[in-house]
Amino acid sequence: MSPRILLESRDLVKRFGGITATDHVTFSLPEGARHALIGPNGAGKTTFINLLSGVLTPTSGEIFLDGANVTHWSARKRAHAGLARTFQINQLFADLTPIETLMLTIAEREGEGSSWWRPVGARTDFVDEAVALLAQLGISDIAHARVGQLAYGKQRLLEIAVALAQKPKVLLLDEPAAGVPEHEREQILDVVAALPKDVALILIEHDMHLVFRFAKSISVLVNGGLFVEGTPDEIANDPRVRQVYLGEEEVHV
Amino acid sequence: MSNITSPSPEAMRARAVLLGRSRWGVAEIIFWILAVACYWLFPTKLSLLSEIAILGLVALSVDLVLGYAGIVTLGQGAFFGIGAYAAGLAAKFGMGTSLWSDPVIGLFIGGGVAAVIGFATSFLVLRGSDMTRLMVTLGVALIVDEVVNQMKWLTGGSDGLQGVLPSAVLGIWEFDLFGRVAFVYSLVVLFVLFVIARALVKSPFGLSLQAIKGNMLRTRAIGMPVNARLVAVYTVAAFYAGVAGALAAQTTQFASPDYVAFHRSADAMLMLVFGGAGHLYGGLLGSIIFRTMQDVLGNITPQYWQFWLGVTLVALVLFVRGGILGLLDNMLAAWRRKGGAS
Repeated sequence: MSPRILLESRDLVKRFGGITATDHVTFSLPEGARHALIGPNGAGKTTFINLLSGVLTPTSGEIFLDGANVTHWSARKRAHAGLARTFQINQLFADLTPIETLMLTIAEREGEGSSWWRPVGARTDFVDEAVALLAQLGISDIAHARVGQLAYGKQRLLEIAVALAQKPKVLLLDEPAAGVPEHEREQILDVVAALPKDVALILIEHDMHLVFRFAKSISVLVNGGLFVEGTPDEIANDPRVRQVYLGEEEVHV
Repeated sequence: MSNITSPSPEAMRARAVLLGRSRWGVAEIIFWILAVACYWLFPTKLSLLSEIAILGLVALSVDLVLGYAGIVTLGQGAFFGIGAYAAGLAAKFGMGTSLWSDPVIGLFIGGGVAAVIGFATSFLVLRGSDMTRLMVTLGVALIVDEVVNQMKWLTGGSDGLQGVLPSAVLGIWEFDLFGRVAFVYSLVVLFVLFVIARALVKSPFGLSLQAIKGNMLRTRAIGMPVNARLVAVYTVAAFYAGVAGALAAQTTQFASPDYVAFHRSADAMLMLVFGGAGHLYGGLLGSIIFRTMQDVLGNITPQYWQFWLGVTLVALVLFVRGGILGLLDNMLAAWRRKGGAS
């Protein structure tokens, strides 16, 4: 029996004026996947994630989430259907605290986001879940600090925590370690490695250590199109991939 | 339930912190006691105090929209005016006897009509940047202003709506010449609506508004129906402003185009900025300061009070972030630091 496909794109195209940012990408993500999306700068990785998550609408092609055609669904509807993502540049709520951020996300997931007569915290089960999630990511110490004042690395972890609070089937991580100083990097790598097994993951990353430590399969995106797909070994030993990256950065194994 | 594990210390602390935020603070209780005490402290200024309570309610409604949800609006005065005319007309045609003249029912009429129009126009503010919202809300306010002026047969045009005769509050308390009933009535209505607004902003709904203000991209990514939330808060705020207008029409027994004029919206926003947006009390403090300054400065320099108001506003915005409440916050933080060091 072949594994269930959770996320799929068929012939996906996105054009911005004359530029083709996503060029006929056909791609599928099975249950439990650990898939990395790599490619040189400007290859269209973030555009592809934005198409999958509903931030952008494709020019043509289709997207399926757990069997449903979600091509024309809003980001909100896809989120409820089990798709979560993190952002390359932190998209957090600067004036809230991490615990409030997670309370908000959990309430939204459970359809309690518009409840207005009970204070935040009245649902103790939500509080306990949020606290457990912060502990899971090792950021319990900053639970009640203002998000805007947190160290960058902590904010990156909170990005992931928010996505996990959605209890997604598919999680898209857009450069989780981007901009994180060296001494905080290890914590992020550990968190990514320890993400729940039942969630299908796509990781965009420039950090090849993280890619090869984490990924079971890799796609290389070049000029908006899928260049090559394979296991980490195949990709690392592919002379074409080395050529693409020549002058960009070296592929370390 | 089979789950018998007790919550961790962190979970207990988080529950306490989150729920603690909705507990009434000492300063809040003092604020409301003082508000009540004004009845005996300033018996000759009750009309002014009613007016302050009403302005405070408008500023509170702007706070819900601007301070919490982050929608810049210059149109709240329109809802105030709509509420005033709706309640005024109801009282007028009720002839002071039928149910239509009942002030409490009048509040619902004023608030209700404003809410309907708020709901209908809320869809206009969903799209666009701050600047478009500013222009759209301003545009709606100008249209309402013009409609009121043109519908002379109904509104009395520029002469205003005469013969607004609300009956006794709850059939018991007649409005008196000294404004005693008017003040108590306005303060009670303000308090009730304040308590509701307070619950609202401290609920998951209120938290989601702050999140929308903070980062709309992320709120959509976590599956929040952003537009529905904005429509809801805009409609609620229109109801609040409408009730304030109804109160104004009932307590002054009059409604005029001045009630829908642009300066109403600008004043409300000014009061909020003065007091500090996003705290609920900012608008109330702002209305007290604004109206008191107007009264005091108006007595000293009748023509130039706006000059001093302007100077104060510019100074406040330049030197203190977050208005009076921001200033108090900073002072409290400084005092705590000092206390911690010694």
